[in-house]
Amino acid sequence: MIIMVILVAGAIMSYESPVFLTQGNIMAMLLRVSCEAIVAIGMTILLVSGGFDLSVGSTAALAGAVTAGCLVHEVPVALAVLAGLLLGALVGLINGLIIAKVKINPFITTLGMMSIVRGALQVALENGNITGLPGSFTWMGQSCVLGVQWPIIIAAVLVAAGDLLLRKSRFFRQNYYLGGNEKAAILSGIAVDRLKIFNYALTGLLAALAGVVMTARFGSATVGANTGMELQVITAVIIGGASLQGGEGTVLGSFLGSLLMAFIGCSMNLLGVGPNWQLLVIGATLLLAVLIDTLGKRRG
Amino acid sequence: MNPLAYRPARGKLGNVAATDTTDSDTPVLEARDIVKTFPGVSLSVVSVAATLRRGEVHALVGENGAGKSTLMNILAGVYQPDEGQILWHGQPVVMANPQQARERGVGVVFQELSLAPNLSVAENIFANRQPLRGCLDLIDWARLHEQTRDLLALFDLRIDPAELLGNLPVAQQQAVEILKALSTNPQVLILDEPTSSLTSVETRLLFENIRRLKKSATSFIYISHHLQEVFEIADRMTVLRDGQFVETCTAGSITEEDLVRKMVGRELRNVYGQRTTPLGPPCFRVENAVPRASRPHAGGTPAVRRFGGVSFALREGEIVGLAGLVGAGRTELGRALFGAEPLESGAVFIAEERVRLRSPAEAIRHRLGYQTEDRKQQGLFLRLGVAANCVAPSLRSFSNRLGLLHEGGLREFAERSRARFRIVCSGLDQPVGNLSGGNQQKVLLASWVGIGPKVLIVDEPTRGVDVGARSEIYALLRELAAGGVGIILISSDLQEILGLSDRVVVMRNGELVAEFPREQATEENIIAAAAGVTGDVPGSAGVPPADVVAR
Repeated sequence: MIIMVILVAGAIMSYESPVFLTQGNIMAMLLRVSCEAIVAIGMTILLVSGGFDLSVGSTAALAGAVTAGCLVHEVPVALAVLAGLLLGALVGLINGLIIAKVKINPFITTLGMMSIVRGALQVALENGNITGLPGSFTWMGQSCVLGVQWPIIIAAVLVAAGDLLLRKSRFFRQNYYLGGNEKAAILSGIAVDRLKIFNYALTGLLAALAGVVMTARFGSATVGANTGMELQVITAVIIGGASLQGGEGTVLGSFLGSLLMAFIGCSMNLLGVGPNWQLLVIGATLLLAVLIDTLGKRRG
Repeated sequence: MNPLAYRPARGKLGNVAATDTTDSDTPVLEARDIVKTFPGVSLSVVSVAATLRRGEVHALVGENGAGKSTLMNILAGVYQPDEGQILWHGQPVVMANPQQARERGVGVVFQELSLAPNLSVAENIFANRQPLRGCLDLIDWARLHEQTRDLLALFDLRIDPAELLGNLPVAQQQAVEILKALSTNPQVLILDEPTSSLTSVETRLLFENIRRLKKSATSFIYISHHLQEVFEIADRMTVLRDGQFVETCTAGSITEEDLVRKMVGRELRNVYGQRTTPLGPPCFRVENAVPRASRPHAGGTPAVRRFGGVSFALREGEIVGLAGLVGAGRTELGRALFGAEPLESGAVFIAEERVRLRSPAEAIRHRLGYQTEDRKQQGLFLRLGVAANCVAPSLRSFSNRLGLLHEGGLREFAERSRARFRIVCSGLDQPVGNLSGGNQQKVLLASWVGIGPKVLIVDEPTRGVDVGARSEIYALLRELAAGGVGIILISSDLQEILGLSDRVVVMRNGELVAEFPREQATEENIIAAAAGVTGDVPGSAGVPPADVVAR
């Protein structure tokens, strides 16, 4: 259903503005989407399993800063990137442990973690940002292959892999059962605690990757990076068909949700609509998507 | 003081005052040619005509899908009939919503509890009708609790009115639900499966209260699958089948067999079947198992567990019935044997090999299955489809070495299950929450058959299931046993236990107190063992000791 909306929106926009369907514009939209899409993979899995993660934006920013920090201290690129990724996975692991073992509500746990991580970043980067990153790193965010930027390629590969795994893999399929009915999932032999911890760690890792790619793209790590990313991602995932109750959603749907939001953002730019309106329109889109979905379910 | 004296004047709405002057021959409530159809869904009720007399207990019987709930909802104001009339004391009325029905004097106790677990018993019973005092209309807690205590005494429940509802076992919660409806002193009380979670003790008290209220001209509509109870308490019975009215008959004029035949439309002989194959070698053994009672199960307060534990053995192809009162610890034992809860002590042997089952996943690997008694909250994935539910515990067997699922094989198994278990559904992807209770139970059973079990523990396999589906489930259990599966049957339905089991073991307060081979098992000696009564028991159990009643 989302595909139809996107096509219709695309058709309208290409009519309104001759620039819309150019390669440049499409690439720009995909680029905008790519970091969110990477995080959306993890967030989709979480929502399907009945979970929630508000800390992804902070984790992405912190991972980017850690990698940047390593780089300016002459650490080899591969190790620096690894450090950032491992940090993200660690944050996710801690989230998962608290949620699965201590059984604190995911909303509260990740809300707290969001502030803790962002705060840690602020403490570490008192002077604001890290710049001067070597080209051997920034090519990841800034160069192209066959006219397509690297972030888009990374995102495309991961989205395809994520969608395949969530659809076909037995391990990932368990998330639908967990989100459908946790007690029944336990009695059906699903190792629920381990699954939850894995999901959060994976999401942390993906958030870190997005943060590292974004740092490569901008060539610097800042304190305010990726602020608000969590809400964008959750919006995209819900527009894409996931439900807060759990048991529903696909990675492809979430990607299309991100794409739709990027469509709307780019369209508004091209139409000359002020940036202040964008938040309003995004919020309205979210409510509209959920409304249509809910009414459709009630009738069916 | 009569606790039922606290209530608003009857008949605020309509033309019946507190002292109604209609003659006692006019039926209190009449459904005349009621028709209700739901487009796109199979539920419908066609041309139902039935009357309810003053001071009568009128049972409504029929299979799931026969239209009992629909009719009940129409009389309670939840639905509006498409055609036909409802007559109240001979006058046509419209029950536009449940509030109006309640004001006229129709009370309902639904099967699904409508209580708030986070509030106290008193607040639940008198929800929005608390006695008030003072000019600020503050809640008069003293009077509230006093009135609640008087009501609780009707059911011999020694519960603190301030106790949080969620802390009570389900049996007591259901009793509170009934008291809530009784406290409004309705002229007509509709009871939908009121005893599904009650023990025989509370059921007896419920019936005593019903008989007492009949004398003050309260009428009852009693919906139940337990035909024995229906015959015990009802004056007349109306049979519905496939939404159609079949017949209204008086209790004395029909046998249970004939009633079942009218409900089902076909002969149902010997529902429980017989064992057809000889018993095999022992496949499962438990020695001194004591389930941990540290956490309350399903919101109930833990009973005092004594030492001793449970020991019994199970042979291939054998059905062992595990009987006992609610709170005896049967479900806890079943879950502990399955690895869903830790065993305080004791040993479990599968095919004479000691196993330590620390999780359901391990149990499933050892081909031990457990079908929960609480299919909606703990067994099924209500929003997922029939196929998805059928394969839930056996996902591993449908995935290849790379961990990818073989959808084709999965669907094929689901389709075979649908055919074999005769699951009625619109398609393999229909959400299981939309199926009837009997079909839901069949899906759950199918999912456990899917793991290829050697031992299967089934807990209340026919709770809330109609007669037709029940006989199908019994046939399936017999089929499994004939194939060599050892079955442990946990059930509160004594007829079921007696009909299916090769042996009956009885639990009380966490330990095994009696074991009877099939030939020696009778309802009387099982109840006696379950309730801990010693001495002669002529017909039914005597008064059980206090620790059993006030759980």
